Order: sequence, then structure tokens, then C-alpha cells
Amino acid sequence: MKQPFEKLVAQHGGTVLRVCRVIVGVHDAGDAWSETFLAALRAYPELPDDANAEAWLVAIAHRKAIDVLRARKRQPVPVGEIPEVPTALGVPGARDRDLWQAVAALPEKQRQAVAYHYVAGLAYAEIAGILGGTSDAARRAAADGIKNLRKNYPRAATEGAPS
Amino acid sequence: MTMSPDHFASPSDADTLSRLRDRLALGADAEGLLDVAYTTMDSPVGTLLLAATPKGLVRVAYDVEDHDRVLESLSRQISPRVLRAPRRLDAAARELDEYFGGQRRVFDLPLDLSLSKGFRQLVQRHLPQIGYGQTRSYRQVAELVGNPRAVRAVGTACATNPLPVVLPCHRVLKADGTPGGYVGGPHAKRMLLRLEAPA
Repeated sequence: MKQPFEKLVAQHGGTVLRVCRVIVGVHDAGDAWSETFLAALRAYPELPDDANAEAWLVAIAHRKAIDVLRARKRQPVPVGEIPEVPTALGVPGARDRDLWQAVAALPEKQRQAVAYHYVAGLAYAEIAGILGGTSDAARRAAADGIKNLRKNYPRAATEGAPS
Repeated sequence: MTMSPDHFASPSDADTLSRLRDRLALGADAEGLLDVAYTTMDSPVGTLLLAATPKGLVRVAYDVEDHDRVLESLSRQISPRVLRAPRRLDAAARELDEYFGGQRRVFDLPLDLSLSKGFRQLVQRHLPQIGYGQTRSYRQVAELVGNPRAVRAVGTACATNPLPVVLPCHRVLKADGTPGGYVGGPHAKRMLLRLEAPA
């Protein structure tokens, strides 16, 4: 049976917000989130009852984030810039600024693979479905992304115990 | 390195999400995607769930009906595009507040009766003819709708009323004057009757 849409927002809203932050940066994450859930609401009646709702939402977020990034390329705003002052969208603490810069500096595919695997928890096969290409390619993009992050954000190696 | 979702969380996420959800409800309404809007309100008979389609108020539900299950059945029967969006329920919530405060005797709200069909809907449509503070027996209501032998069916129509309080099935009693069953429980029925009783 299909759940009321409100349930989906409650269950996956936080994950989608974090994914949007990784892909488009803190500044535009709220817009990407709003576009994602509005598009999802529009399409929801056609979603098969047994579909993985989270993977479906992340796939929509992926497309909406690309739209946001494209729109931004037409404007003179640097990709992944961290606002100096807290915005209404909830900027993570200043101690994470290095991490945000490291994430923003990743090649797009790696950043996406890291977001969908490590933040959203999707399987590589699901990520391959979103990014195109094979599961192996998705796995490699995520691994390369983590390697690059480790290089550019050394502090991460000593914090964030596995859960 | 261990990458965990927590790296991308923020202490203010709850506030952010609550703002984004409000914005989503407004956007959904503006785009005509808000098939079912709902909210909850406190009342002397417990927390009430109010739900409305673009046509009007479609459901009032008591706590004892289990609000999660009510939302699931709205999702199934009307549309899964269900969002918490209090604004569409502002007028209904205000009129109910006035009613519970003794300031209102008649509801003046657009209603959507699509959750009930046929004879049940016919009975429910007639309920507002039983005025504030008055009561009727199930048999009298059967007569009112022109089907005096359908006493049992009138009982079913009252028990399945999708809009209790607003469509006053609490004013329908057993022939001996005892309250009889009620969708919100016998306690709620007695409370509403007491509220409406002349001082």
C-alpha cells in the first residue's frame, strides 16, 4: 500500500537534505530539496507500491541538483562556496568548513557517488541506475572520492568512527 | 577515512526541515498538487485530525480512530498526495474552536462528502437538520430521509460519518434516549450533548 506522501517527507527529508548539501553545497541545498520534493509529489501517484522510495527520491534529487548546478553556472557564483554568515538553511559548523571545501573540490561523479553511497546509503547497483554506467564504476567513483577527500581533509581520518 | 552522514548533518537540521516542509506545503497548494491537506487540533474531546481536499473538509477524525490509519485510508481512497498543510484547515479549525467554546451553533464550511456513498451519504447530508441542542432517534432520522424502515442503515450511516461534530451524528440517540454508540466513543458523545444542552 502506498503511504501518505507526508510519511515520505518525514522519513527521507533529512537524508535528501544532506545529499543536496553534498551535491550543490549548503547555499543551494534548500532550493534543491524543495524542487526534489515538489517533483516527487507530482509523480508520486505513479510510483509502484513496492519501489524503494529513498532511491527514487535520491534519483530525483540527482536530476534537480544538476538543474541547480546548471543554473548556477550561468551566474557568477563559485561552485560549492560556503556562505560567510549562517543562512536560513542551517549551515554546518565552521569546524567543517575544510570538509565542505574538500567535498566541493571533488569531480562531480565522485561527489555524487560519495553522496549517494555514504550519505544516502544506496547500494552501488542503485547508484549505477542513477549515474549510468556499471556498479563497478559507481564503486570506483565512490572509492576515488573518498581517497581524494582523505588527501584534502586529513582530519576526517581521525574522527567519525564507523557506525 | 570514514565518511558518515553525520558529517553533513547540522544541529539546526530540524528547524531547516520544518521550514522546508512548510514551504513544500505552500508550493504544493500553489501548483494544484495538494490533493489532501491535513492538520491536527486540540479540543475538549481530544486531538482531532482535520483533512480537506480542494473541494472542502473531507474528514474529521478522533484520536481513537488512530490518525495514522486515517491518513493511510485517505491516501488509499482519495490520493497519496497527502501533506500536513494547516492553512487549508484554518477556517474549519476556527469554527470548531468557536463551537467547542460555545460561540457557534452552525458550521458554515465547504464540505467534500466523497468518502461516503448512497444512502449513508444521504443520511449524513440530512444530519445538520437536527439543530444545535436537539436530538433525534435513529428511527426519526430514518423517517426524516423518507425511509422509515431503514433504522439499522441509519445507525451504520452515523457510525461511518466521515465528518463527526461538523455533521452532528452525536445528536442521534437510541429510542430509549440513551446515547448509543459513537465514532469518538461514548464519552465524547456525552460531552458534545452536554456542551449543547441549554444551561
